[in-house]
This record gives sequence, structure tokens and C-alpha cells, in this order.
Amino acid sequence: MRVVGIETEYGIVDPDEPRANPILMSSRLVAACRGWAGERTTRWDYGGEDPLQDQRGFRRSRASATPDLLTDAPEYDESAGHVTLRRRRGSWEDPAHLNAVLANGARFYVDHAHPEYSGPEVTSARDAVIWDRAGDAIALASAERYAADEGSAVHLYKNNVDGKGASYGTHENFLVSRATDFEHLARRLTPHLVTRQVFTGAGRVGLGPFGEAAGFQISQRADYMEAEVGLETTLRRPIINTRDEPHAERARYRRLHVIIGDANLFDVATYLKVGTTSLVLAAIEADDERLDALELAAPVAAVQAVSRDLALRERLELASGEEATALEIQRALLEICRTYATDAGDAAIIARWEGVLERLAADLFSAAREVEWVAKLQLLGRLRARHASDAHPDGLPWDDARLAAMDLQWSRLGDGWATRLAQAGQVERLATDEEVAAAVAAAPQDTRARLRGGIVAARPDLVDAAGWSTVVLDRETDHGHLEVVHLDEPHASRHPLLDALIGG
Amino acid sequence: MAQLNAQGQPYEDETPEPEAPAPAAAAQASNDALDDLLAEIDGSLQVNAEQFVRSFVQKGGQ
Repeated sequence: MRVVGIETEYGIVDPDEPRANPILMSSRLVAACRGWAGERTTRWDYGGEDPLQDQRGFRRSRASATPDLLTDAPEYDESAGHVTLRRRRGSWEDPAHLNAVLANGARFYVDHAHPEYSGPEVTSARDAVIWDRAGDAIALASAERYAADEGSAVHLYKNNVDGKGASYGTHENFLVSRATDFEHLARRLTPHLVTRQVFTGAGRVGLGPFGEAAGFQISQRADYMEAEVGLETTLRRPIINTRDEPHAERARYRRLHVIIGDANLFDVATYLKVGTTSLVLAAIEADDERLDALELAAPVAAVQAVSRDLALRERLELASGEEATALEIQRALLEICRTYATDAGDAAIIARWEGVLERLAADLFSAAREVEWVAKLQLLGRLRARHASDAHPDGLPWDDARLAAMDLQWSRLGDGWATRLAQAGQVERLATDEEVAAAVAAAPQDTRARLRGGIVAARPDLVDAAGWSTVVLDRETDHGHLEVVHLDEPHASRHPLLDALIGG
Repeated sequence: MAQLNAQGQPYEDETPEPEAPAPAAAAQASNDALDDLLAEIDGSLQVNAEQFVRSFVQKGGQ
């Protein structure tokens, strides 16, 4: 499979002080993460980011950018070589405790008012699951350290909404060929992003951005998608994000940044979210014109329509004038993608994809061990039924606070109901706890994350900072400057200089 | 189905059938596990569900 990575912004709460400042708590949590990591961590290198570059070819002027887009340092250097020198800057403006680059190749940091885990680059859907769960374990370990250091508790939630209008993201990143026309890519990928909710949705109590109406819907994020394409991630959120920041050789690659997905606590949901999307991207890169028949007439409205269609029967209007259900569109995508399954990993994704679609079509609750929203709906349904009475023959009404509370508590790291359901053997796991523990400590071995994580694990004393495509070394040298090792090829897991330092 | 020998055991060179519980028994076990968890959820939500929901406030992110 292609190179992918998942980023998760966690909800953060002090259970004893609900009004505690989330930015302060998040930065203390990152500090706790650095404490947990001990010596084996480094700072983030802001040297190479260019968040103002748009996939559509133009570059925003710095003056017109909103402050949240300015995440780069001013000395952006286009000439990416093997190893370059960088002048020392003296003290840093960015406080080191806002970032932790870890031995498993991940970045744990503060994004806006949330702690975020950006997982390392992996090359299979199963590895995406393993290093995503490693992120939950690291976040939880950091929260335990926080409690010990700060003398107060912090709870983390792997969800995307607070039910009061705020949404925070779980983003997937896919390495795609630069040769693929971006407008084509956006148009052909959209039907998949709209309809894959049927197996990626985490489920949500409440309808509308503020939970204005009572009810249950498939997806956490659906009500926060307001545009088809765009550069923003926090306002007017688009189905297709156009930020062109490849963190790799720009002439060869794009990094497609997908922001529509839900945070998932179910392995199969994460696995299919990444695996099916990568296969659809392969079809797009091959310019497969069969995809055009699936174009939707009104994609943004369809996101919400699919999310509210618990019976999976709603017919969506296609650009051709025909109609199809989300399951039918997924089935058609599956058939197209069979052509692009090139190895055993891809074949396993196809088989799981097909099986889950069949189970969803035949008997919704037969997919409860795999599909998160179905499991949540099942548990909520039984909770409602326990309280059936003459006044409420259907049980608890959807606006009962107990259902909203259960929805939120579902995603709490450590002891949330989804975790408890898994511990009770009711959730299918694709990776063992041992594999996850190994991924907490070490990076994937088949991408550049091996170099980033490896040098942080072996010689953190030599590392000044690290980013997605750089490792900055601070060693005794004749020239006296920092050495920037450029890792512009995400597949390259070897580098002569870093290998020598990691090995010795 | 695997062929059985005279003692009613599968022949050694054959892969034994995986020992899956009967579907009805599996469904019953699943129901029991869910019931136990539901009882616990229900009990914990009796206390302060409303306050919990009200105090769960996040800032918007990406």
C-alpha cells in the first residue's frame, strides 16, 4: 500500500475542574509526555513547513492568511538536498514543551486547544491501526504522568464533537502521485469520502452542529462539512482539503490531507478507513474513468443525508441523474478497486470491505463487532429499552442526558465504554496488545519514520530537532553549524549518516 | 467435515475443525457480556449524566 499516516486531536477535560484552560492542560500534557519519554524525545523542526501552499497551484500571501495557518518558521528553504547546514538561531521562540518527537516516529504536541498525536508514516492499513492505537497508549501514559506531576487528573476523549458546536479532527494523510491532476482527484474521491461513513462512522447522539435536534447519526464529523474543496481546516471545513504541504519531494508527491473522517476506537473501522481510501486513490491515479459514473449531484448535502440514514436505504442523486444508496456506491467502488489490489495486504482489505458491506446490507447488527457506530447504536438501543415505560414505550427519548453522556464516555481513553466493550470480547481486534506495545516504543521499519524514531531512540543527545522530512543534528563539527538531514523520500528507511549514528 | 477414526477423533494428518461455539451459544454469551456492561453503564449514568454532559466543553480544532 502507499505511505499513510493518521493524526488525532483528543478532547481534553479536567474532571474536577471543567473550566480549566485546555491550552494550558494540553501543553502540560505534552510536557508530561516528554517526562514519560525520558531522554528519548526531541523538539519539532519548523524549518520545512509551508502551510500557505495550495494544491490548486497558487500560494496564499502571508498577509491574507488567518493566524492559524501560520505554522511555519520564516526561513523556508526550497533547496532540499541530502544534508545542508543551518545557522544556529540561539534560543527558540517556540517553547520546547509544546512538542515531543518520539522514538516511535510520532509527534505529540498541542494543536489549537487540543493535544494531538500525529502517527508515523506506515505502508499498510494494519500498521496504521497499530500505530494509531500506540498513540492512544502514549496519550494515556502521558495522562497518568500528568496526574503524578500536576496532582490533578486529566481525561482524554478520542471523539470529534463536544455537542455544543465545537469539532476537532482526526485526519488521514495519503501520499499520492504529483502527476495526478488535483481537480480530477477531488472530484473522483468525493463519492467515496461521502459514502464510506457507513463503516467509518463512530456514531453520534445529537443532530446538527450544536446538537439542536434529538436523534442518532452515523458520523461525528458530518455536520461540520460545509464545502466541497478548500484550504481551511477550522472554518468552512471542506470534504477535500487542498493544503499542498507534501512533507516530501514536491515534484513527485502530494500529501492528500483528509479531514472528514471520525476518530475510531474500532480496529476494523480504522483499517477500512485507510485501506479503502488508499485503493480508491490507486484507481484515481490510474485514471479509471469508471469512477465518473459515481459522481454525486450534491456532495455536501449527501454527507449529512448518509449520516442520518440509519436504515442505509436513502437514495442519493448522482450527477448523471441516476440514484444510488451509499451501500450501492460503496459496492461499485469495491468492484472498481479489485483491479488495483496488488498484494496480500490489498486483498485482505478487499475481502474485509466486501464482508462488512454484506453484513451491513443483510443485518445491521451483525456488523456490531466491526463497525463502531453500529456497536454504539446497539448499546444505546438496549440502554433505552431498559427504561421503557407507559409514558415512553420506546424507552429513553434521544434527548435524555444519559444517552448523550454515554456517547461522550464511549470514547474516553482507558476506561471508556468502547474500551470496556472490547475488554468484554465484543469488538474484533486486528492487532494484539503486544504489537501495540511494541509500536509505542519503536517506529515502523519500512518508511523514513525508522530514521526519525531510530535516532531519537538511540542518540537523542545528537538531535537538535526533527520534522517529517528533516532530522537536525547538533554535533561537534569543524564548520560549527547544525546539520539538516533531508528525508524527502518517505519510502526511504535508510540513510548513510543516520544509520551510522543509530548503529554506533 | 474432517473424517473421524474409530475412536471418533479426527485423523492426525487432517486439520481439525476450529472449535467455534454453536451460533446460539455465542449469541447468548454476547448478550450476557452486553447485559453486564449495560447494567454498569446504567448505574453510573443514574448519578450525574446531565452535569457530565453540561461540563464537557471543548474548543474547536481542525
